[in-house]
Amino acid sequence: MTNSISEIEDADCVFIIGSNTSSSHPLVATRIFRAKKKGARIIVADPRTIQISSLADITVRHKLGTDVALLNGIMHVIIQRGWHNVSFVEERTEGFEAFSKGIENYPPEKVAEITGVDAGDIVRMAEIYAKAETGSIVYCMGITQHTTGVDNVKALANLAMLTGNVGRESTGVNPLRGQNNVQGACDMGGLPNVYPGYQPVNMMDIQKKFEKAWNAALSDKVGRTVPQMLTGLTDGSVKALYIVGENPIQSDPDTHHVKKALAAAELLVVQDIFLTPTAEMAHVVLPGTSFAEKDGTFSNTERRVMRVRQAIDPVGDSRPDWQIIQEVSNRFGYGMDYSSPEAVMREIASLTPSYGGITYERLEGEGLQWPCPHADHPGTRFLHEGMFSRGKGLFHPIEYRPPAETVDEEFPYWLTTGRVFAHYHTATMTRNSPTLDAEIREGYLEVHPDDADRLGVLQGDAVTVTSRRGTITAKTAVTDRVQQGLVFMPFHFIESNANVLTNPAHDPVAQIPEFKVCAVKLEKAPL
Amino acid sequence: MDYRTVLTTCTYCGCGCNFYLEVLDGQVIDTIPCKTHPVNEGKLCIKGWNVHEFIQSPKRLKRPLIRRDGVLTEATWDEALDYTVSGLKAIKDAHGSDSIAFLTSAKVTNEENYLLQKFARAAVGTNSVDHCARL
Ligand code: SF4
Repeated sequence: MTNSISEIEDADCVFIIGSNTSSSHPLVATRIFRAKKKGARIIVADPRTIQISSLADITVRHKLGTDVALLNGIMHVIIQRGWHNVSFVEERTEGFEAFSKGIENYPPEKVAEITGVDAGDIVRMAEIYAKAETGSIVYCMGITQHTTGVDNVKALANLAMLTGNVGRESTGVNPLRGQNNVQGACDMGGLPNVYPGYQPVNMMDIQKKFEKAWNAALSDKVGRTVPQMLTGLTDGSVKALYIVGENPIQSDPDTHHVKKALAAAELLVVQDIFLTPTAEMAHVVLPGTSFAEKDGTFSNTERRVMRVRQAIDPVGDSRPDWQIIQEVSNRFGYGMDYSSPEAVMREIASLTPSYGGITYERLEGEGLQWPCPHADHPGTRFLHEGMFSRGKGLFHPIEYRPPAETVDEEFPYWLTTGRVFAHYHTATMTRNSPTLDAEIREGYLEVHPDDADRLGVLQGDAVTVTSRRGTITAKTAVTDRVQQGLVFMPFHFIESNANVLTNPAHDPVAQIPEFKVCAVKLEKAPL
Repeated sequence: MDYRTVLTTCTYCGCGCNFYLEVLDGQVIDTIPCKTHPVNEGKLCIKGWNVHEFIQSPKRLKRPLIRRDGVLTEATWDEALDYTVSGLKAIKDAHGSDSIAFLTSAKVTNEENYLLQKFARAAVGTNSVDHCARL
């Protein structure tokens, strides 16, 4: 997030797009409820009616994968009516000319056709957001999990810059990170192209710095992303995969393809706390510990680094993951000798400029928000104050592109996927919690009442759902939360694994798969 | 009786709420939200309130497993670590560093993520480290 969670409650306008906030980020939703109480206008754009839609001043349900068109339409209105922040655009940005030329192609009437959103609503959304003194954009996987994910994010950045909603309190473009420490995994270099702190692996002086610190020769070749690892396993160029705390069989698109890839591995090592479907395929399983059995830190979605503290001894013979990795490394012949996670953090701070001022001592209390470059730095609540990281903010002209797969005669329904309030990701933890398990026990498919009529199914009847990649069976939940022609499924439940159906086509830059859009057909399941 | 409360950060979503785990004689028995924390200010969602339930679930993995004759069988740490390391070494020798890949995790700590990518890069010699940020 460019800004902090607590700032949201003081925004004059909160624009929520592609985030089922009350379900997936409940404590961010709390801030949105408070903002509403304080008089903020709320805009929601989501293909489904979500809980937070009920308090919105305006809520639109655009067709799957039409986010760029919708946002360009909003910006068209803003520029046409002169609602943009001229001084901000002049002083802090560049590329406005080319960008606004591109936007001319997106008058509201045309956008209405692409998105299914009423042209008048597009104008109202533009007016509410552009005229707010402070406008905060909140988005999540509904924006990123598309073949146009990067375009979607850039379009949001354009919108915020156009209206000067960056670099001030209660503004910004605020992605809600899904997993508790996805921010930290990225910060720590859990990416194939960067070392910790986003320092590129293919820059000479950076490579030298890490070679010296780690006392090892390092590769300047960018590594494989998850989809490339899977392809590598299938074509034989990858022989071993070492997985820590992930469950790709359930979390990745096109499960059949993932299974085939993992089955091809000569060595599959899985380190986890439960025997997940992925661990069941492993050659060797190393039992790690949960967050309650070790010390360390997590970094949340607002870049806040916070302490994790050991409460109990490791369960059974399991070991904290940091000790397992250290032991593997030592036996492999590369010495690691950390006495505690705190010692690891000292090394992280010495090599990662944005974590430079972070120590366990300073994390007591509220934690610290990076960038925190040195020992006296108080941390950073919001980014881009006065200047962007690259100097001036650059407008990117973005054209609308349809999703990779669209409906046709054979596969006439749009399918989108997501989470439910009581469960988490592949539900390994939540389904092992009796209280949460009691809330929702099984997967379901949301179907519009008219579509249910057409299929001849009632609430709770089983239907088979088929995409180009596979077939699953699920019970229906008949509801007008979805529009006609659209169905929704949570992906938490392995028995009706939505990712058997999803499309692995991915964004060319970020390589995010298009979980949010694919085409399916529905049939009443035989009894 | 040994009763303690331990302040920590939620393991589920990216909000990062803080709470106290209540521990009685080595059992995590309940969760109490932290009132002074800037993110959650004394509140939690249903997942946070019940976070203590999965920690000591009987289904937790308690011992390493090695596949023998097609079946995952309990093993000692020594056996499992040696199996892992000799396998990685043999593959690195035969096919090179880039034939090995790592999936790190958005669920483990910063320190653990740091160590895994360091192991991949400095020990194995590959930049093929990724995680489910995209999912
Ligand atoms: S308590 Fe709920 S909202 Fe807070 S971090 Fe945990 S899962 Fe997220």
